[in-house]
Amino acid sequence: MTSGQIDPDITEDMLHAYVDGQLSAEDEARVEDYLAENPEEADLVANWQIQNQRLDALFPRSEAADRVARLDIPQDLPNRYRPALPLALTAALCLGLGSAGGWFAHDSVAPPAAMAPTALQSLDLRARQAHLVYAPEVLHPVEVAATDEAHLVAWLSNRLGAPLSAPDLSAVGFVLMGGRLLPAGEDAAAQLMYQDASGERVTVFLTAGAPGVLANFRFSDPAEGTSVASISWEDDRFRYAVVGALPRDDLMTVATELYRQFL
Amino acid sequence: MPTFQKSLEACLPDLWRYAYSLSFDKAQADDLVQDCAERALRKRQLWDPSRPLKPWLMTILLNIHRNTRRRSTFLRLVPVDDAPATTAPATTEARMELADTARAIQMLPPEQRDALLLVVIGGLSYKEAAETLDIPTGTLMSRIGRARRNLRHMTAAEPISSFDGKSK
Repeated sequence: MTSGQIDPDITEDMLHAYVDGQLSAEDEARVEDYLAENPEEADLVANWQIQNQRLDALFPRSEAADRVARLDIPQDLPNRYRPALPLALTAALCLGLGSAGGWFAHDSVAPPAAMAPTALQSLDLRARQAHLVYAPEVLHPVEVAATDEAHLVAWLSNRLGAPLSAPDLSAVGFVLMGGRLLPAGEDAAAQLMYQDASGERVTVFLTAGAPGVLANFRFSDPAEGTSVASISWEDDRFRYAVVGALPRDDLMTVATELYRQFL
Repeated sequence: MPTFQKSLEACLPDLWRYAYSLSFDKAQADDLVQDCAERALRKRQLWDPSRPLKPWLMTILLNIHRNTRRRSTFLRLVPVDDAPATTAPATTEARMELADTARAIQMLPPEQRDALLLVVIGGLSYKEAAETLDIPTGTLMSRIGRARRNLRHMTAAEPISSFDGKSK
């Protein structure tokens, strides 16, 4: 911030809001009075206004209208019921369901046959097995390291047949280590491994989704003799499982973040 | 009350401008908006109707863009001739200024660029932009502040040593 006579009520944020037209008429007048007496700030604000004008000119509104008019926006995509993950999970956990056989979202129009749980159950099992094998690995936890993320992502997307990204879990304390390709029956699966500051690892296991699948969630408590829990869900792009030796709430925080990023 | 479809269509021009400002590529902007609209229609149940639609759409668009951006990490520099302006400015000087701004915006750290363009091109309020990026409003404001300072230095040929790329 440049120096100038500081009116304690006028902050830099207000100057930005002035430039972006986000002030009330009253505050706008106050900022104008302030700028009239602070030429250095006025120069700054004038520069910001020019920046805004140039940006506006670079991306013309008229062209945007023309381009979107030519897009083919579908009129009638199926309105697929898919409750937000945190809500559905909270419901499942509160009801004490999940650990036994999974909890399945209801869709009143779909035939019950479409809710067959097998794909997600087997995904969940494979994800846990893969976690138990690779997460304790010291020398070769991943096949391709996060330092080569672009390659990792391109490779796994290619093998899974759907564009995949490695979610950024730093907001929940986990950093990407890398990933590997694994079998899931006769199909390809991707395992992404993350580690927190204490060395705790979680893995995300993905296989290609099936078009038209319904919302499905399950939480699986640690199996006998292991400390590894998992949460799995699916949509029409992927089936997802997140696995880790974490308390339910912590694992759910990770799952929620993953879900948000895969939106 | 407008239908979801109508509300969505009303947001498309702003979404396209924002997509274009992120990608600097019109065909890519078309794809981004198309993909975003389709996902939004498929997942419309996830939208909370008591909140404005545009920030939610912008979140989806940004996610799609970031996922593609991560795959092509190298910096794209747009030649002056391809600089986006279609309404050609009258003077050579004005054209150069726009090309300068185009280059400068692409050199900003992505988080600063995302924040500034969401407001200036996407037409979101600060509160909506902060929600879209899932950051506190204060963080948004400081990113916008740094973006503007950096743009100022880069377009005014001031010393690059004052370039501010801090992440917070």
